[in-house]
Amino acid sequence: MLKRLTLAAMLSLGVAAGALAAGERHGGTLVFTAPYGSSFATLDVQSSPNTQEEFITQAIHRALYSWDSNQNKPVLELASSEEVSEDGRVHTYHLRKNAVFHNGKPLTADDIIYSYKRIANPENAFPGASFIAVIKGAEDYIAGKADEISGLKKIDDHTLEITYTGTINPGFPLMQNTTVIYPSNVEDESTFGKNPVGLGAFVFKEHVPGSQVVVEKFDKYYEEGRPYLDRINIVLMAEDAARDVAFRNKEIDVSILGPTQYQAYQGEEGLKDHLLEVAEVYTRNIGFNPAFEPFKDKRVRQAINHAINAPLIIERLVKNKAYPASGWLPISSPAFDKDKAPYAYDPEKAKALLAEAGYADGFEFEVTASPNESWGVPIVEAILPMLKKVGVTVKPKPVESSTLGEAVTTNNFQAFIWSNLSGPDPLNALRCYYSKTAQSACNYTSYANPEFDKLYEAAQQERDPAKQNELLRQANNIVQDDAPVWFFNYNKAVMAYQPWIHGLVPNATELAIQPYDEIWIDETAPSSRQ
Amino acid sequence: MLRFTLRRVLQIIPTVVVVALLIFVIFSVVPGTFAASLFADGRRAADPQMIARLNEEFGLNKPLMERFVTYVTDLAQFDLGTSFRTRQPVIDLINDRMWASLQLALAAMIFALVVGVPLGFIAALRPGSVLDTVTMIGAVSGLSMPQFWLGLLMMYLFALQLNWLPSFGYGDGSFRNLILPAVTLGVTPLALLARTTRAGVLDVLNADFIRTAHSKGMSEAKVVRWHVARNALVLIVTTVGLQFGSLIGQAVVIEKLFAWPGIGSLLVDSVASRDIPVVQGTILVIVLWFLVINTAVDLIYAAIDPRIKQE
Repeated sequence: MLKRLTLAAMLSLGVAAGALAAGERHGGTLVFTAPYGSSFATLDVQSSPNTQEEFITQAIHRALYSWDSNQNKPVLELASSEEVSEDGRVHTYHLRKNAVFHNGKPLTADDIIYSYKRIANPENAFPGASFIAVIKGAEDYIAGKADEISGLKKIDDHTLEITYTGTINPGFPLMQNTTVIYPSNVEDESTFGKNPVGLGAFVFKEHVPGSQVVVEKFDKYYEEGRPYLDRINIVLMAEDAARDVAFRNKEIDVSILGPTQYQAYQGEEGLKDHLLEVAEVYTRNIGFNPAFEPFKDKRVRQAINHAINAPLIIERLVKNKAYPASGWLPISSPAFDKDKAPYAYDPEKAKALLAEAGYADGFEFEVTASPNESWGVPIVEAILPMLKKVGVTVKPKPVESSTLGEAVTTNNFQAFIWSNLSGPDPLNALRCYYSKTAQSACNYTSYANPEFDKLYEAAQQERDPAKQNELLRQANNIVQDDAPVWFFNYNKAVMAYQPWIHGLVPNATELAIQPYDEIWIDETAPSSRQ
Repeated sequence: MLRFTLRRVLQIIPTVVVVALLIFVIFSVVPGTFAASLFADGRRAADPQMIARLNEEFGLNKPLMERFVTYVTDLAQFDLGTSFRTRQPVIDLINDRMWASLQLALAAMIFALVVGVPLGFIAALRPGSVLDTVTMIGAVSGLSMPQFWLGLLMMYLFALQLNWLPSFGYGDGSFRNLILPAVTLGVTPLALLARTTRAGVLDVLNADFIRTAHSKGMSEAKVVRWHVARNALVLIVTTVGLQFGSLIGQAVVIEKLFAWPGIGSLLVDSVASRDIPVVQGTILVIVLWFLVINTAVDLIYAAIDPRIKQE
């Protein structure tokens, strides 16, 4: 099944969604849901790494790059073109001349320099600082050792030269919601938290804390003919069941589905034809701590991968809202190896491997887990009888999700179950297995393999994307063989949308984040949306 | 009365102090930090430098005792601190949400009073009747029904099936948006009021002075109006006060379910993200609200029945 799920197949969804874009219609209101629990913390999106704030960002702001869901890669957003030096480190950006902030200020190179300095300012402690760190001199600026970021150079108002620390693809770090561009002519920065000003297609109108953010069409948006919508209500809807009622009642236009709803919607006329699915860039896994004696042995880790019937759990518990994992990099990653098979369910082989490793009588371990239905305690409970069969006893250790993060980064676990970012940038995703990456950063399993490191370092230096992906593919396969984690699945994100909504795209980085300026509604929408 | 009032008002202070200290201690020992919550969903890799910067900015790297002193000093100056998430004063965040919570609590209480008290009265005046049985079965069901489930039921029936009301959200603050969450929140106090009123009225009806009133030829309506209602009032006022006091705290589930922007949902969000200053501030406000209402009830109670303040 996995082999059939190629990137091309995945992207065909995008083509399908894009094909609907003929006959676009202007006007109307979109009621979009922000489904991830908490309220909007702040409207100063540079200061917040929360997914909730990305919903606002997409409407109000723009960054130097943006994510193109149909091409599945970052593309230039605020520059019409760029020139790259031979060594790949110096990029000269020719900025859009028609981009205007909501306060009337035209975009210039100064705004980008101002924004990047604000993000990297050590006094602000903003989460985007690590993304700005790819610019030469930013590390010193972040550490308070320099007054300027030496890699940022204004050539003229519409030309900016950025020198990077290496031959990276700057699109990934500079397309984030925490690296958006703010106008440099606002005197009091604290106003960004309540009255955001951006370059996006929609202007901030109202924020009802804990309930919704309303935005309206920006007439001077730089893309001609965009946006189509007059207004968007971005409403907070954390509860799945409440979202289900509101969606069926046609009060909201889109709804992110959990496994149970996915199964229900697939079987219902009127709902099943309006589901958008995408293989997102998250890998669910159980990470093994090598400080725990049995997990030091690769054969034990491999045995666990063989002992668990992952497809069965995906079918029964996750209701097929996932793709079996064959390695760390997911299907939507450009370095995904479609020829690499997942670990086969083979309890006998698992037993043999355990015996070889000296654990013929098994052992006991604890899995720190949050209550999440797709990658938490319920999954640990499901693997319990499977591992019992090969003599291994598993005990779930339930914790709240913020406690899980703390336990893992402080090395306070035997094993943990989590869903971790594994794309879209394969170089960045595999950084979490590079031995020089701190355990507290993202090398949670303290992985160290010289062979992997060699390939990874070569990939870091490689400028040809195809060759770089090939090196990363090989590195990913080493991780799969070493099995520092139990490879469970890649998340399949599913969004239900009303039949009058058009222009949604299969965003593999996060399906719930949609390009609002491309969305339009047709005449079949209820009067409240017209 | 003045002494009694003063004593009751002053009693609030030590209670608030003890609660504030308890909250501080509890949230100092629970695992999980604000910085860790930022990547708890696995959607980004942890950034140790950012974590260190945030811990420094919010003083989380300081010893517990030092943090405690800062907390107490700020609190003594009525400063609830600054939110980790929004970097705004906690008091501003609570102010932003307070009106929505008050609206919800008031509407729920009015609904409970308007429906619950008459139902209890009628049930007591006709004990053993069909209406009495139905009211009491309804009251027990109302008390035992989980609010979350009841809310979903309301949404399903009144929004999805009958299409009468919006199923969620604050909208533009319109009354229509308020109805479903208020009714859901009001069901428990309604049931309690109906039961309390019934019990109170029955108690009075069996009292000697009612028999005397009847024997003197007083009409049923007058007996109810002059004797029963006034005497049952003490019990009703107490129940209303206690319920109203605890409504804002109870609204946490309802606010989250209906996407209602009150301080209950602020509290839930803040606990999940370990935004401790907001958690502490919100709980304190909820506790203070309860204490103030409780004190007000005591004072009203004392005004209705002068024997109370002498005890």
